[in-house]
Formats: sequence, structure tokens, C-alpha cells
Amino acid sequence: MAFAAFGSGGGGKHSSPTKSNGKVALFLLIPGLSYLGLFFLTPLISLVVTSLEAPDPSGAIGVYQYGFEINNYVYAIQTFWPHIARSFTYALIATVCALLISYPLAYFIGVRLRTRPLLQGLLLTLVIAPFFISFLLRTFAWRQIFSSDGVVMQFLHATHILAPDQYIAGTDFMVIFGLTYNFIPFMTLPLYTTLERLDLRLLEASSDLYASPATTFRKVTLPITMPGIISGTLLTFIPIAGDFVNASPEFLGGAKTAMIGNVVQSSFLETMDYPTASALSVMLMAVILVLVSVYVKKSGTEDLL
Amino acid sequence: MNKPLPEDPMMRQLVQMSRRHQMTRRAALAGAGATAAALALTACSPAGSKGQKQLTPAKDVSATEKTVIWHNWDLYMDEDAKGNHPTLDRFTKETGISVEYKIEIDDNDSYFGKVKDQLALGADIGADVACPTEWMVARWVNNGYVQKFNDANIPNKKNLQPAYLGAEFDPKREYSMPYQGILGGITYNKEAYKKLTGKDAPTSLADLFVPELKGRIGVLKEMRDTIGLILLSQGITLSDPKSLTSDAFMNAIDYFKGKVADLNIKIKGQGYSVDFENGDTVAAIAWSGDTVQMNLSAGREKYGFVIPDSGATITADEFVIPMGATHKANAEALINFYYDPKNAAELAAWVNYVTPVVGAQEEAMKIDPKLASNQLIFPSAEFLANTHAWRSLTPSEEQTFTKAWQSVQVGA
Repeated sequence: MAFAAFGSGGGGKHSSPTKSNGKVALFLLIPGLSYLGLFFLTPLISLVVTSLEAPDPSGAIGVYQYGFEINNYVYAIQTFWPHIARSFTYALIATVCALLISYPLAYFIGVRLRTRPLLQGLLLTLVIAPFFISFLLRTFAWRQIFSSDGVVMQFLHATHILAPDQYIAGTDFMVIFGLTYNFIPFMTLPLYTTLERLDLRLLEASSDLYASPATTFRKVTLPITMPGIISGTLLTFIPIAGDFVNASPEFLGGAKTAMIGNVVQSSFLETMDYPTASALSVMLMAVILVLVSVYVKKSGTEDLL
Repeated sequence: MNKPLPEDPMMRQLVQMSRRHQMTRRAALAGAGATAAALALTACSPAGSKGQKQLTPAKDVSATEKTVIWHNWDLYMDEDAKGNHPTLDRFTKETGISVEYKIEIDDNDSYFGKVKDQLALGADIGADVACPTEWMVARWVNNGYVQKFNDANIPNKKNLQPAYLGAEFDPKREYSMPYQGILGGITYNKEAYKKLTGKDAPTSLADLFVPELKGRIGVLKEMRDTIGLILLSQGITLSDPKSLTSDAFMNAIDYFKGKVADLNIKIKGQGYSVDFENGDTVAAIAWSGDTVQMNLSAGREKYGFVIPDSGATITADEFVIPMGATHKANAEALINFYYDPKNAAELAAWVNYVTPVVGAQEEAMKIDPKLASNQLIFPSAEFLANTHAWRSLTPSEEQTFTKAWQSVQVGA
């Protein structure tokens, strides 16, 4: 796009204008293009090539040779489809939870507090504040908070909310909780930027026309803030689907919570099954691309991308 | 010129390469570029098709450089209140060789993943001596990744417990020497176990996998310990290929899968002690020496370690000198030092693992008679009869077994 703009836009008095301008544009694009080539394209190609490799005839562990083994993908799907399904289920639930928590929060900061910029700034800082502490430490802290001998569990057991043999550590709930918690800021900030620009006169007009607050929200506020919702959900859903920290048994997960990222990690580092790990990564990427493009198309916000 | 080398193996290689050749600046740049390109290529083909090539040992510069770098596990070295390592300090004093002691090994698989490309090339992995677990050592020895010891430099080799001789991959211990022997058994929180199950202590694996402990049971990520104990409880002999078959293994995996699903068992690496401390785990398959460490940090005898009646797994972490190590003679001096019974006893008093050194028990008697009678450090013959080591696995078995074990870990 930039290239085309440069190429046709110029037309000066110098000799062969379009051609030389095109060259300049190309020259200026070199850093960007080489960056993409080196840091995006090369690893991607390497990943796809690895995903098609066949085991070495010697049978040694972790040794593979170039091949065209589509079977790697079949094996990966057959063996790990529950993990793929689990990843997207977790991602969906956590994204919805994050949206339900973030929207009122962002609305409060961006609309209700407009008259108090100081408080607004303070609350926004608080939303970002968790980033000042390492992500791993915060996640691990939740494990300690919900540990089986901890105060929270003692309370839940004493009040019979949970049966004595029920624990939170290592359950689906714990992992989804962690995912939601860790990605709330990524949902809140884009929502805030759209809500902050929301024209209150439109809401006034709506109520003048006898729309109830609920109708106003549904017909005015929600459509106007749709771009924020879309970018917020994308910013949370995509990284959550590939997350492996929260679901790892070392952090919040248990034996039955492994997501696709955990399988990729253990395939790469423990079983040294690089082709399967790469095939899973390629599939994760493909599924996310398809889901996102369908989602963006359906919600009619293509111009966002 | 004598700046310490960087830790990262690749950077280290680059630095050494540039030092060795003393090139002009331009040539050095070209060289670095070529190396970078070569590294990029190796990165594209993980572990390509190497291993067939015969590797040659790196040049030993021990005579001029009096240092040795040692990769080891956490909680595996004596330490005083100031954080010094008394035995290591004495080694430096006696030999003039300074030791860079690094806690680099978290678990065998990920350590191997970190260094395998350098190993396969015979390049420096950043360590002159490392102590992976025996089955991993077997892989290194079989692939020709390690240097042969010069026995003249290790006169104390005569103190090796004869039980460690005769290993399939290295019958005469020419490439590997045990550092510490490890027992796999059951560690339990005494009070909590009693409260939940009504029993004083677990005596078998059946006492570990009980519904009363649901959600609070742990096992080790190390397949040979966890599945090993299960196989033993099913009457399988781990050293016998006729008894430990693929079917027997898969049987144990299926049995354990069922237990994981019913009892929500946690599968953890070295970090399992945290779970004991915060109460998430009440009883677990664990390593013998760690219990002592956990009791020390709890300040009381809070945890106990038992050998299930069907037997314990036994293995060892072993010294090896990688092909790319440039301080072989220094590393051998270090091994020799820890095979001196006096030093071995002092080390054992702190790490509490099975010592492979003959005569250490007599030395321990002088330090503390209670220590010398501890079966977990100085096991008697009857005690050892109830401990079992795995037979070596073929590469294809290793592949199928680890994949099956992975499927349990990620909970299909």
C-alpha cells in the first residue's frame, strides 16, 4: 500500500520520476521487509518444514530427516484433539468472562469518571499496575492463595460450599480463573479507548426518543463500542488459546487441564518429538486465523484490520 | 584476554572461536558471520542426521588453566550458613583448581534439550563435567558424546562400590562415575497423612493411591521412578527384559491413567517440595534425600520417607566429561576428590543420598554415628535387595515409553 502510494503519488520534474521514486520507496522498505523476512518468515518456514519431517532411520531419539510426512498432522489431531478442543473452550470462556468484567469497568472509568480526570488516571494505572510484577510470580501467587491448606480453602470447606474432598488447585476452574485474570488488562484498555470517545449526546438523544436505558445500551452504546469489543476479544482470545503457563501443573493446572501449548512444550522439550510439536503449532495458527477472519467478517469490522 | 567466558553455549563457542584464531577484525567479522550462518542452518534442522560421525575430544588445557566448570542439580552440594561449599573450597585449596559450580540441571530431558546440539557436534556445552541421571548418561556414552577417563588421574576409583560396575553401557566405568545414588519411594506429611487416612504411614503404593487423599497426591515427572514403583507393585522385575515388557509397561501406564483421573494426581519435577510446603500434596512418589532437606527447612520432623513393601527404584546421577570439555584433567581431579571416603562422607552428611564410595561409612562414623547407620545413605545388603534398577531400554522402546508417559502427563 505504502509502496503504491509512493509510486503513483510522486511525478516530479526529475528524469524518469516514477521509476526512481519506486526505487526510493523500495529502499525505504528494506529494513521493514528484511525484518519480516528474518523474524517472521524464516521461523515460519522452518516450523512448517519441521512439521513434515520423518524420523531418522537409525531410530535415535530426537533425530529427524527432511520428508513430507502429512501423517504427522493426522497423528497430532488423533492424539491431541482433546487438548485442541480444551484450548479453544478455555479461551472462549475466559474471553467472555474477561469481557463481562472489563466492560462495566471500562464504562465506569471511561464514561462515569469523565468529570474527574485524576481519579480516571488513577484507576487506569491500577488496571495496568499488575504488569509491574512478573506475570509468573502473580500466577504463582494465585496457586498459593488457593492452596489446599490455605485460608480460602479452609473457608470454603468450613462453610460447606465445597465438599471436604474437593479442592480448587489444579482444576478447570483454577486455570480459567488464571487466564481471565491475566488477560483482563488486554480487554479493558481497548474497551476504555472506545468508551472514552463515546458521545454522551447520543445517549441523551436516545432517551429523548423514549428508549429505555437497556434499549439505549443495546442500540446505541454497544454498536458504537463494537470496535473496542472486537479488538479486546482478539487481544485476549488469541494469546489465551496458545497459553501454556496457566494450565501447566507447575502453576495453576493439574493432570487434566493441559492445553495445546503444554503439549507443544512437552513434545519439544521432553519427548523431543519436533514434528508433532511443529504440526500442532501450525494447526493452532491456522485455526486461529480462520476463526479470527470469520469473526471479523461476521461482526462487520474488517476495516479494523 | 582472560575474561570469563559467557554462559550461553553458543556465545561461548563464538568467543572461543575468535580467541583461538586471533584474527584481524575483518576476518573475525567474516568468521562470526559464517558461524552465525552455520548456527542458523543447524537451528533449521534440529539435530539433523548427526551421531554417526566419530567425535574427537577437545584439547585439554588443564595444565595452564586451573579451573573446572561443573553442571549439577539443586540441593546437591554441602553448604554452610554463609552459602559457601566447604568440600569444594577444600578441593580448591588442595589442588589449586577453582570450581565454577552451577545448578543447571532441572530435569534430564530439558537439560538434554539445552545441550544436545553442542553434544552432537562435540562442541563445548559450557561444562567440563556434568551429572545427569544414569539412563541419560547411558545415552551420552552410547552416542559417543563423552570422553574416556584417564584412570591414572583417578586413583580413588578403587573406592567405587562394586555394585555400580557392570552397567551395560559402561561395564568398567571408563566413561562415567556415580556421584550420588538416588532412591525413589514415598514421601508423606506425617500429621496430614494420619489425619486424612487414619494410618500412621503408608507402607505400599496402595496406601498412596487412596480416595481419602484425592487431590493431594503427587508423583515425580521422572518416568523411571513413578512408573517404576507402579511396575514393582505389580510384581514386575525392572531389570529383567522378560518381565519388563512393552505390555507390562503399557499396563502400568493404563493403571496409572485411571488413578490420575480418579484421584487428580499431580505430576511434578524438582518443584514438588513447594506443594508439600503449602499443603497441596500430602503424600507423593519422591526422592529420598529431599525429605531431609524439607525437614530442615520445616525445622522439625514433619515429613517421612518410606520404601514401599514392593521395593524402591534405585539409580544414580553420574559424572561425565563431555567431548567438548577443555579441562578434562581438572575434572578428573574433582572426581578423584569426591571418591576420597572422607570427602564423600562429608558430602553425604549434607545431601543425604546414597553414597557410591566404599569407606565413606567408616568415615561417617567419625562425624556422626547416627548418620552412618542411616540406611538411606549407607544401605545394607538386605536393604539394597529391595531396591531395583531399570534395564536399559532400546531407542524405540524409549520413544514409545516416553510418548505414553507424555500422554499421561498432558492427560489426554
